[in-house]
Amino acid sequence: MAISTSTWERLSARGGISPRRARTYGFVFIGAGLLIYLLFARAAVPGQTSTFVLNFGTAGQTAPIPDLVLPTGPTLYALALVCAFFGGWQLARGFKRVNLVLGVIAGLFVLAFLAWASRGQSFNLTGMLNSALLRAVPIALAGLSGVICERCAVINIGIEGMMLTGAFTATLMGSLALNVWMWPSWASMSFGLICALISGALLGLLLAVLAVRFKVNQIIAGTAINILSVGVTSFLSSRILSHFQQLNNTGTMQPVPIPLLSQIPVIGPVVFEQNLLVYLLYVLLIVTHVVLFYTRWGLRTRAVGEHPRAADTLGINVFKIRYVNVTIGGMVAALGGAFLILGSVGRFDELMTAGKGFIGLAAMIFGKWMPFGAFGAALIFGFADALQTKLAILRVPIPSQFLLMAPYLATIVVLAGVVGEAVPPAADGQPYEKE
Amino acid sequence: MPPVLELRGITKSFPGVLANDHIDLTLEEGEVHALLGENGAGKTTLMNILYGLYSPDEGEIFVRGRRVEIREPRDAIALGIGMVHQHFMLVPVLTVAENVMLGVEPVRNGIFLDRAAAARRIRELSQQYGLQVDPDALVKTLPVGVQQRVEILKLLYRQADILILDEPTAVLTPQEVEELFKVIRSLTAQGKSVIFITHKLKEVMAIADRITVLRNGRVVGTTTPSQTTEERLAAMMVGREVLLRVNKKPANPGEVVLEVENLEVLDDRGNPAVRGVSFEVRAGEILGIAGVQGNGQTELVQALTGLRPILSGRVRIMGKDVTGTSPRRVLEQGVAHVPEDRQKDGLVLSFPVAENLVINTYYIPPFARAGLLNHEVIFTTAEQRAREFDIRTPSVLTPVANLSGGNQQKVIVAREFSRPIQLLIASQPTRGLDVGSIEYIHQRIVAKRDEGCAVLLVSPELDEVMSLSDRIAVMYEGRIMDILPADQATREEIGLLMAGVKRA
Repeated sequence: MAISTSTWERLSARGGISPRRARTYGFVFIGAGLLIYLLFARAAVPGQTSTFVLNFGTAGQTAPIPDLVLPTGPTLYALALVCAFFGGWQLARGFKRVNLVLGVIAGLFVLAFLAWASRGQSFNLTGMLNSALLRAVPIALAGLSGVICERCAVINIGIEGMMLTGAFTATLMGSLALNVWMWPSWASMSFGLICALISGALLGLLLAVLAVRFKVNQIIAGTAINILSVGVTSFLSSRILSHFQQLNNTGTMQPVPIPLLSQIPVIGPVVFEQNLLVYLLYVLLIVTHVVLFYTRWGLRTRAVGEHPRAADTLGINVFKIRYVNVTIGGMVAALGGAFLILGSVGRFDELMTAGKGFIGLAAMIFGKWMPFGAFGAALIFGFADALQTKLAILRVPIPSQFLLMAPYLATIVVLAGVVGEAVPPAADGQPYEKE
Repeated sequence: MPPVLELRGITKSFPGVLANDHIDLTLEEGEVHALLGENGAGKTTLMNILYGLYSPDEGEIFVRGRRVEIREPRDAIALGIGMVHQHFMLVPVLTVAENVMLGVEPVRNGIFLDRAAAARRIRELSQQYGLQVDPDALVKTLPVGVQQRVEILKLLYRQADILILDEPTAVLTPQEVEELFKVIRSLTAQGKSVIFITHKLKEVMAIADRITVLRNGRVVGTTTPSQTTEERLAAMMVGREVLLRVNKKPANPGEVVLEVENLEVLDDRGNPAVRGVSFEVRAGEILGIAGVQGNGQTELVQALTGLRPILSGRVRIMGKDVTGTSPRRVLEQGVAHVPEDRQKDGLVLSFPVAENLVINTYYIPPFARAGLLNHEVIFTTAEQRAREFDIRTPSVLTPVANLSGGNQQKVIVAREFSRPIQLLIASQPTRGLDVGSIEYIHQRIVAKRDEGCAVLLVSPELDEVMSLSDRIAVMYEGRIMDILPADQATREEIGLLMAGVKRA
């Protein structure tokens, strides 16, 4: 029975995806090229240029970097051709790592869009990257919270609510310390932050009790936390914050440039000239990664997430792991909320998290349940969000409502298109019952 | 010297069942003590008590003469008791080393996992006991036999000296069973003691030093292989004389009923499960498909019965192309299907016996008239079937969930066999059944064959395939390695084919 070339073996020669899917990718790449040509390249007037400003911030910049000036038309034609070429190659020969190529094409498309939007004008690219990072931080923290919870198989839909509560607590307690008790600014911000973390820990613990002890459906438990948080913070905000303005003003943390690192051209000021909470995110990313993959706790967490019964038979306390992780996850989510206040605007508004917790969950999935993966995905969402505001300034002839959709559109495209094969922890969302 | 382990008067009841009734058991150092009994005899319950997963209602446990309380697996591990569970307790996405060290991880600087130290220790243990395995391999990439070695290494890594192996051979090829026995002998030679749980008589005779037989939660007796025979053990297990061989006349094959041509099917994850399978089954013969579980048998049966899409290839029944049609169309061609997982795919557990008996014919007269069910006919037919097929149930209106496994299987057999059928597809028809029910189902299948029905029998139990089939096809990694006439096939030859080895 010689079956040397079964259908499957023919498939696997093409990077493991079905011929139909491979063809679709090819057409998508060519389509991207066509769109660049039709939408952008034809609008360019000969001789027009797009200017990208690469300087940002003033502190410590010794040598300003010259602006990047591109001829709009030729750049766009070149980008269109590159996309079309990739598409042709995909149809004719096929790429081995086609998802990577898809990412590259998406990047090229965004670049073309920027070149078109900034034609005849100048566009501060570094400024936008900075804004993208700041918008990515709360999403990344939400995603990290999701990673910490789901790695031990508890789904945390309540991240949004935990962020909102964290934001409210940070505002109220921080303002109280600053404006009523007249503490110094750094002390009242730290106080607000610690109180926010405690509120997050309590909500995390609540989720853990519901999900682990009472085995409530985790989606419902998380949704309950979201509704609870919206109700409580909106009520208290309308009763307290709106009447006592001094309780809704914490001030914000100032950027602290890191010596040397902030001097790196372009990237330096974006990454290393931020406030302390951003640095805290970097530290948390590294710590979470190391803990998950290089320590006992991490190994046990992952085992509990994949096969809790196996962990139990080896004497590992499944419940304890879940309680601790979910509580920490709640604190990280609340930190994301606190960042919105202390690291960003300094005052609370009702429903101010505006879905960032959910986008954080998308970032977690897109990042395949890895801390840095979630961060990378958060950067993409932050970029889409920042782009939308910058474009409004550039007077792009697209209705602002459409631009507001950009981050969510990016979420949907990324989830549906690229992430197809992300595999969650095997026991994700399942309560564990001892025999 | 006191025995390594002694259980005295262990009693455990679950609602409605007395799973263990005053069980006494002793384990001497360096012996293999087989615990023999049918499903539901209480073997696994007893071992779960010993491992701290259940707590006994009554009874005492002594380890090396000292009375102990085992409340959690952790306590058992600390006492040197280790268990290889019937369903492996391995995390597929972790490496061998990570799985083995889980729970007792060596660390550097008090924080960081010391994978190298764990790997070193695993290599030493592999050497010492003849358990070859690569510590850095991901568990999900390993064949089942190797995964079992990882499970044993987990126990040795924890310095367990009382090893409980729960049905360890259920997922192995005959050659892998031989390997396992070698490992067990090497373990006992080095002072470890083994409790070997099984319901397979041949294995008990081959490996055990002493045998304790359980029935209905009680110890029936303890004996040694030299003092007993397979027949006597079977009688102890079941409580009456049983026929271990199937009586059947030579087959009388007629026209081709099922014709499968170059069938390719994907599994749930989109990986190839059936890779170009071709065979035919004739009227009046039983074609048995042997193979270790998970080699594409499940997907093959699902594809044939219309439950799973077919990637390519042809399926013909009585010359009619049924490739890719619905399950109902397949059934209407005169196909009976006894599914692998009776509770999931064979029955609606919360429905009464009577409705389960008509669940594939409810829409045609006499059970339905003008689109409405005729409860009267359904009820009387069910009563008649229950008598005919000896279904032990308080009433045909009892939910089928309340029946024992054997009686549930009889409901399926009654439903499938009492239609006019040309082809019977039976997948693990005796899984989890007691010897008495197995005997009954086997006789029914042979009777169908003798009536001129074509039978496709799929089973990972080699004995079942060998005793029932007229021809035996061996499946390995989605391919049929070979098809042999049953009267010429030997266990060794089939075992090698099951492992993917084909002699020139």
